[in-house]
Amino acid sequence: MSTPTRGRRPLSRRHFLQVSTLAGGGLLLGARIDLSGGRAALAAAGDEGVAAALNAYVRITPDGLVTIVAKNPEIGQGVKTMLPMMIAEELDVAWENVRVEQGDLDPVRYPDQSAGGSRATPRDFEPMRRVGAAGRALLVAAAAQRLGVPVDELETEAGVVRHRASGRSVRYGEIASAAAELEAPDLDAVTLKDPSAFTIIGTPVPGVDNHAIVTGQPLFGIDVALPGMKHAVFEKCPVYGGRLVRANLDEVRAEPGVTHVLATEGIGSPDGLRSGVAVVAESWWAAENARRKLRAEWDEGAGASQSSEGFERQAEELAKASPQTMLLRYGDVESALGAAAKTVSASYAYPFLAHATLEPQNCTARWVAEGRDGRLEMWVPTQRPERGRALVAEVLGLAESAIDVHLTRIGGGFGRRLDNDYMVEAAWIAREVGAPVKLLWTREEDTRQDRYRPAGFHFLEAGLDANGRLTAWRNHFVTFGEGERAARGAGFRSFEFPQWFVPSYEAGMSTMPLNLPTGALRAPTANAVSFVMQSFIDELAHAADEDPVAFRLELLDGLQESGGEGALDATRMRGVLELVAEKSGWRSKSLPKGSGMGVAFHYSHRGHFAEVVQATVSRAGELTVDQVWVAGDVGRFIVNPSNAENQVQGAVLDGIGQALGQEITLRGGRVLQRDFRGFPLLRMRQAPPVEVHFLRTDHETTGLGEPSLPPAPPALCNAIFAATGKRVRSLPLSRHDLSWS
Amino acid sequence: MAITFTLNGAPTTVDVPPEMPLLWVLRDALELRGAKFGCGLNQCGACTVHVDGEARRSCVLPISRIAGAEVTTIEGLSADGSHPVQVAWKEIDVPQCGYCQAGQIMTASALLARNADPSDAEIDEAMDNVCRCATYLRIRKAVHRSAELMAGARAATATSEQREG
Repeated sequence: MSTPTRGRRPLSRRHFLQVSTLAGGGLLLGARIDLSGGRAALAAAGDEGVAAALNAYVRITPDGLVTIVAKNPEIGQGVKTMLPMMIAEELDVAWENVRVEQGDLDPVRYPDQSAGGSRATPRDFEPMRRVGAAGRALLVAAAAQRLGVPVDELETEAGVVRHRASGRSVRYGEIASAAAELEAPDLDAVTLKDPSAFTIIGTPVPGVDNHAIVTGQPLFGIDVALPGMKHAVFEKCPVYGGRLVRANLDEVRAEPGVTHVLATEGIGSPDGLRSGVAVVAESWWAAENARRKLRAEWDEGAGASQSSEGFERQAEELAKASPQTMLLRYGDVESALGAAAKTVSASYAYPFLAHATLEPQNCTARWVAEGRDGRLEMWVPTQRPERGRALVAEVLGLAESAIDVHLTRIGGGFGRRLDNDYMVEAAWIAREVGAPVKLLWTREEDTRQDRYRPAGFHFLEAGLDANGRLTAWRNHFVTFGEGERAARGAGFRSFEFPQWFVPSYEAGMSTMPLNLPTGALRAPTANAVSFVMQSFIDELAHAADEDPVAFRLELLDGLQESGGEGALDATRMRGVLELVAEKSGWRSKSLPKGSGMGVAFHYSHRGHFAEVVQATVSRAGELTVDQVWVAGDVGRFIVNPSNAENQVQGAVLDGIGQALGQEITLRGGRVLQRDFRGFPLLRMRQAPPVEVHFLRTDHETTGLGEPSLPPAPPALCNAIFAATGKRVRSLPLSRHDLSWS
Repeated sequence: MAITFTLNGAPTTVDVPPEMPLLWVLRDALELRGAKFGCGLNQCGACTVHVDGEARRSCVLPISRIAGAEVTTIEGLSADGSHPVQVAWKEIDVPQCGYCQAGQIMTASALLARNADPSDAEIDEAMDNVCRCATYLRIRKAVHRSAELMAGARAATATSEQREG
């Protein structure tokens, strides 16, 4: 694509810019800005290797079209549109002349190609802008040479360099090739725009794939098709960790369309290839039909005795004893509780949850044998392609360099695709079959073989003084794990509110062993902890006979000492709480019995969010969520206001859907739910209006995929209390009788 | 078994098992991958297509039942994304992940063909498709916008017919 590089030089260990000429004319800009994602790979490559391996973020062709590579996986969070917006803004090109291309996995060329933790905005906001600004500087320098005028007499707008004094101008496309001859500017030294001059950042930009989506073009992992491709399903033991004993493989082989039936005892750790049976056929439907004829006998292993009910009983037993581990303690909780005018205790519980991405897990792989070895080419909807490739390499005993990974658009992430179990399955099947294979899970497998949001149990006690002020807080958190180590996604963070805002505080933890894989679900830990903390705080507000907003504002005034890294900023939280109270009419509205408003706030993923839910419960107990108001503070800029609103509304409705009816239940080690009837996703008729307000504050611009979710479930449950007097201490709501008289 | 039907306006014959669902015939045999697999159980609507003008869930529709029918998929809704529902979807910037949207659009366009100006309640009743990203508020808005665009187009046609008449 490009000729050998000129003007290429490593600018520092951290920053590189590469400028080269496109074959056929034009400018190619490559950059490496932050090495945190691939330090090891870079060290191995050396400076020369690194510079040679740099890839294009930006291509400008003589026709003036600008192509920008989107490096991160797109799961619906809008990153494929947003990161190019940042580059285009500083490059100063018209958005309609920008084309966006998805980058493949390449940890040397692109830093941190992952989707998770709402990190893209804070991580990439300035680096992406610097790439654009460097491109603009090159084009201005080329224009100065062309027009024979000093650089500082030139200005740019929408892909044109202008010399105001003479009225002459030159389009980027005309000087792109000339710019490619120039020396790369120092990325650290380029001048960024004054934000008041932004023309793209801060404007609503529709998703770059919208046209392809509404016309049904093949964009997703499930849509990948290769010549000679076969289709596979992979049956695993319904109890996690179980192993195949025997199966009627020959009968399945005889089914129509079936080309291969492969059994495996599994390879490597439990995170590697699991024991199971792969059925490969000429069409997916044929493979799935044949799989239904499979009669497999499993050694279910130790997991078969587990049940959700058993865990509940076990948690209650553990709560009677002292916590196995003290996570944090300050002040004298015991004395404070003794001296309290009023004490309140309550136990809270939340269930396992599945991710239920609408696009079931899938992956396409092609194995090409080369002598005794071979190469794998993979097309995969994953949130963490680099980790996925490393896992495949480890399990199959391949070098990572023998695996190429293409990123597809992804039909929902929600944290499920941070794990790459389906990649390992597809890779193994493709190698065994020696032909391109697309593996696709059924909905049932997707529901039953997930990596679940862990259930959890909190046993709480708090004290209020005679003035209704919170003086003591004790939490015994019973979760899953081994000893002091909580299972993935099952921990408790040392800065969760109201830590550091209560004069005396204790948080202890006890763990129960679990034979079920757990993982991160959108706003991990926060999505559960917020329900518990913000519901119990609501109980305390009522016990203190105080308004729930006023009680929270007072709590936020009570900072004892800095919560340190990761703790919420009380000023920012007060700001969003005041804003949401104002927008929702919290202080002025009076609702009839059966209707009520609830409030909650939570800080996670660097975002401060406060939410008010208004709900109505009929005497018979039928719940309607009437409306939600959201106030969020994610710093200085809302990069793409259209997507920002969409993300917040979606996350809030996601939280409401979880609270209404979602749970994964274990019995006999098996997941009982199998589809959208057992694990109901929110439908349109259940979706209330969600009014979104952003409070712009002078802080770092941060992400929006997650932090608006956590306050939604507790705000809803608090609204139910306001409407009915019934306190909800466990989810989902479908388990509760909400009727009142 | 050879089955003939009309697909996006073109006569089409496939030779597949009669019980094979239309969805998999479309996706794997005919290489039209706009209709999506979400559940295979008639629960989510990601696979929605039009059969003789009605929105149907193709994942549970055996191909044998399609013989002689007119099937329209998202690829055939318009040649270039110019159907008012597609235009409205882009204008309102509905999609997040986008996986369900073809099914949503097919359900919405079938609704609007029989009800030119549906109320919120009518939209909620007809649009039972799952959107896991919960873009429901924008979907509802985009259905109303589609209705406006279609009404505008009808008014323009009526005016030009009057003029010609």
